[in-house]
Amino acid sequence: MVGPNGAGKTTLLRVISGLIRPRVGTLRYGGEDLTTVPPHELPALGIAHVPENRRLFPHLTVEENLKVGAYAKRARPHFAARRDHVYTLFPRLKERRHQLAGTLSGGEQQMCAIGRALMSGPRILLLDEPSAGLAPIVVRQVFELVRHIRQEGLTVLIVEQNVAQVLRVVDRAYVLETGRVAAEGSAAALAADPAIRRSYLGVH
Amino acid sequence: MDPFLLEALLNGVLLGGVFALPVLGLNLVFGVVDVIWLCYAELVMVGMYTVWFLHTQAGWPLGLAFAVCLPAIAVLGLLLHLLVVRPLLGRPPINQVLATGGVLFVLQGSATLVFSTDFRSLGVEMPPMEMGEVFVSGTKLAAFVAALLGAAALWAFLKFTYVGTAIRAIARDREVMPLMGVDPRRIYLIASAVGGALAGLAACLLVVQLDMHPFVGLSFGPITFMICVMGGLGNMLGGFLAAFLMGLIVSTGGFWWNTEMSYVVAFLFFILVIFLRPRGLFAR
Amino acid sequence: MTEGRNISAMGGTALGAAAVLALAAVPLLSLPDYFMHVLITMLLTAVAGTGWALMGRFGLVSFGHGAFLGIGAYTMALLWNLYGITPWIGIPLGVAAAMAVGVMLGYPSFRLRVVGHYFALVTLAAGEIVRILIVALRGVTGGSLGMTPQQAPPEAAFAAMQFGKAGFWWLALAAWAGGLLAWRLLDRSMSSRALAAIAEDEDAAASIGIRVTREKLKVMMISVALAALAGALTAQYRMYLNPESLAGLAPSLQIVFGAIAGGMFSPIGPTIGALITIGLDESLRVFFGTQFIGAAPLVYGLLLVMFMLFLPRGIAGLLERRPAARVPQPGPHREAAAPPGSLGEKPATGA
Repeated sequence: MVGPNGAGKTTLLRVISGLIRPRVGTLRYGGEDLTTVPPHELPALGIAHVPENRRLFPHLTVEENLKVGAYAKRARPHFAARRDHVYTLFPRLKERRHQLAGTLSGGEQQMCAIGRALMSGPRILLLDEPSAGLAPIVVRQVFELVRHIRQEGLTVLIVEQNVAQVLRVVDRAYVLETGRVAAEGSAAALAADPAIRRSYLGVH
Repeated sequence: MDPFLLEALLNGVLLGGVFALPVLGLNLVFGVVDVIWLCYAELVMVGMYTVWFLHTQAGWPLGLAFAVCLPAIAVLGLLLHLLVVRPLLGRPPINQVLATGGVLFVLQGSATLVFSTDFRSLGVEMPPMEMGEVFVSGTKLAAFVAALLGAAALWAFLKFTYVGTAIRAIARDREVMPLMGVDPRRIYLIASAVGGALAGLAACLLVVQLDMHPFVGLSFGPITFMICVMGGLGNMLGGFLAAFLMGLIVSTGGFWWNTEMSYVVAFLFFILVIFLRPRGLFAR
Repeated sequence: MTEGRNISAMGGTALGAAAVLALAAVPLLSLPDYFMHVLITMLLTAVAGTGWALMGRFGLVSFGHGAFLGIGAYTMALLWNLYGITPWIGIPLGVAAAMAVGVMLGYPSFRLRVVGHYFALVTLAAGEIVRILIVALRGVTGGSLGMTPQQAPPEAAFAAMQFGKAGFWWLALAAWAGGLLAWRLLDRSMSSRALAAIAEDEDAAASIGIRVTREKLKVMMISVALAALAGALTAQYRMYLNPESLAGLAPSLQIVFGAIAGGMFSPIGPTIGALITIGLDESLRVFFGTQFIGAAPLVYGLLLVMFMLFLPRGIAGLLERRPAARVPQPGPHREAAAPPGSLGEKPATGA
């Protein structure tokens, strides 16, 4: 999902994960209206949200951050297995598992935040601006990981400013402008759309 | 070294252990729920009366009275949260503090009604122990060891359990907690119960050292708040260390001047700390 | 924060002066001694509460106002007992001493941005220090047993401020009127608006040129002076001082309770609070006698909790709202600007 600042991308993610309650409208997921589910029960339904700015717990170690991610009753028995899986996805985290999350580099923090979200065993992963504040080379790594996670069968809904790169790892894309879907289509089609290219890809 | 000074230092450490438990409990509740329980020392007072009543009036063995005191005060902490604090969440902090101040009066008044203002004492004393040149009260030493065990148990709970880890996490960022599948309201309840249990444990350790009366909370309540702030509100380790620092100040102050002046010095030190290091002695 | 002004505006200086004059006639009714005693106690409690609320309503919540009662009272009594200085001079000196301590406490607090919980705890510590010092200096103060100002010979009684209930009623009335006048003058000055702005957002207030430290110190000085005056007059009236009722956490919280129960956003709120607390005290005493001395704090406490839960603006808050409900204010931000009982200061973030 792409779009200018203030289009409502982050808001949409926050509505999906229950951090904000919509005044009107419903949100259906697997036949259930999510707006009636208490927010802390959403992870158990398979929805995980990596919030903007990652929001790690800086004073906890990497492994403790993962542990909080596995807090839900249903996730706890899988803690060890999922942690090891996260460590194979992100070997850097394994090296730093006893380090305080606040001391990690930006890229490592993003990995840790994604890892924490994976600990609940989600079916859909909401990523909010995973590339924000990261060096270009690290951004590429993060998107590489997104591609990898998708290959494992997870649905990823990603909000990005970095349109050019994100269109390379996703199937479908939506352009959100002032709260409405202004355009949608396959990533390839949108990447070829002249209007999109002008507005978001800096191509004239 | 002067054996009396040595004794004062040793007593300071022992006193620090006694301060440490209520400080940890108060800090836990503040860190998680973000509300100061102004009546914390009064929860301890109720615990002291519980032990005293069960032991001297109902004739229960002391160990059993202790074992009942802990969960009883934990329940009191739960009730405090459910009846007073939860409805005030999101209100200005001063309103919350004043409401718990009201509970302080309620508990003092109830204790006065039930037990009168007479001084009560458990009348349990362990023989003093000789350590080199100095004598140490066996009761104080036992209480100190129990306080350390209590603190260690709390540490293990916070470090190794899911709930404990979530408690440490929520102190920093409560908004994202639902994303982790954590219901903050449940964590608040648990923290309040654990905070109450710590008050209950502190009561068990104080009841063997202090005479009790309904206003006994006022004798250690204020210094407990000050220690929490000195250590950095919500900072468990800072509070733990500050408890020992205050214990040393009070007890060596008592060595150089007298007990009362030592509290004056301790409180002045506190005011100075707030002015110079408002986030606590150990803030980075 | 502006609603408080409705009532004082409604009153007006003339009405206020008339009320004070009418109250001044109370001793002429030759009420039974006991009633006079209750009324004087109410009025003196109201002075302390008014002083507390004067700053409390701007988020400067003090848990140590008991200290200032004590400094005022003990300065006066010690000057009289040790040096024979009459309370007529001793009380102003006691007030000055309390203000000096207030500056020592307030200046660094405000300068270093100690606010919210932290300010409350600094004042709490100060209140405890004063209480413990009174106890520790038992050689001159009598410690926790308390002290009694020396009886003056009958011909010097007036000069020693030792007279009957009527005299103290008038003194208390003067102090009370002075407190309300201070409130009114403050609310008419820019200081009140400055303080409201500071309570809302200290940084923003400072950035538009409000001298935060100075404004806070000003209101604290008035508040401290009223508390010290109330403490000294109470002590002189009772001819007895003790640390537990004049310093430390307990009297400090009682002042706070009275002000909150009555309503700290209205000038007459703390007075209503004093009527309630002292009335409650006395009726509990009458109903239960002394064998149920715990009943009073129990009822206090329950009421304080109830007020915080259901009526955070106090009784006076009810009085304010009624006219507002009948005549809706045109401004769209009326509710949003001042949520009930809002004292929106978060804990200090440090200097």
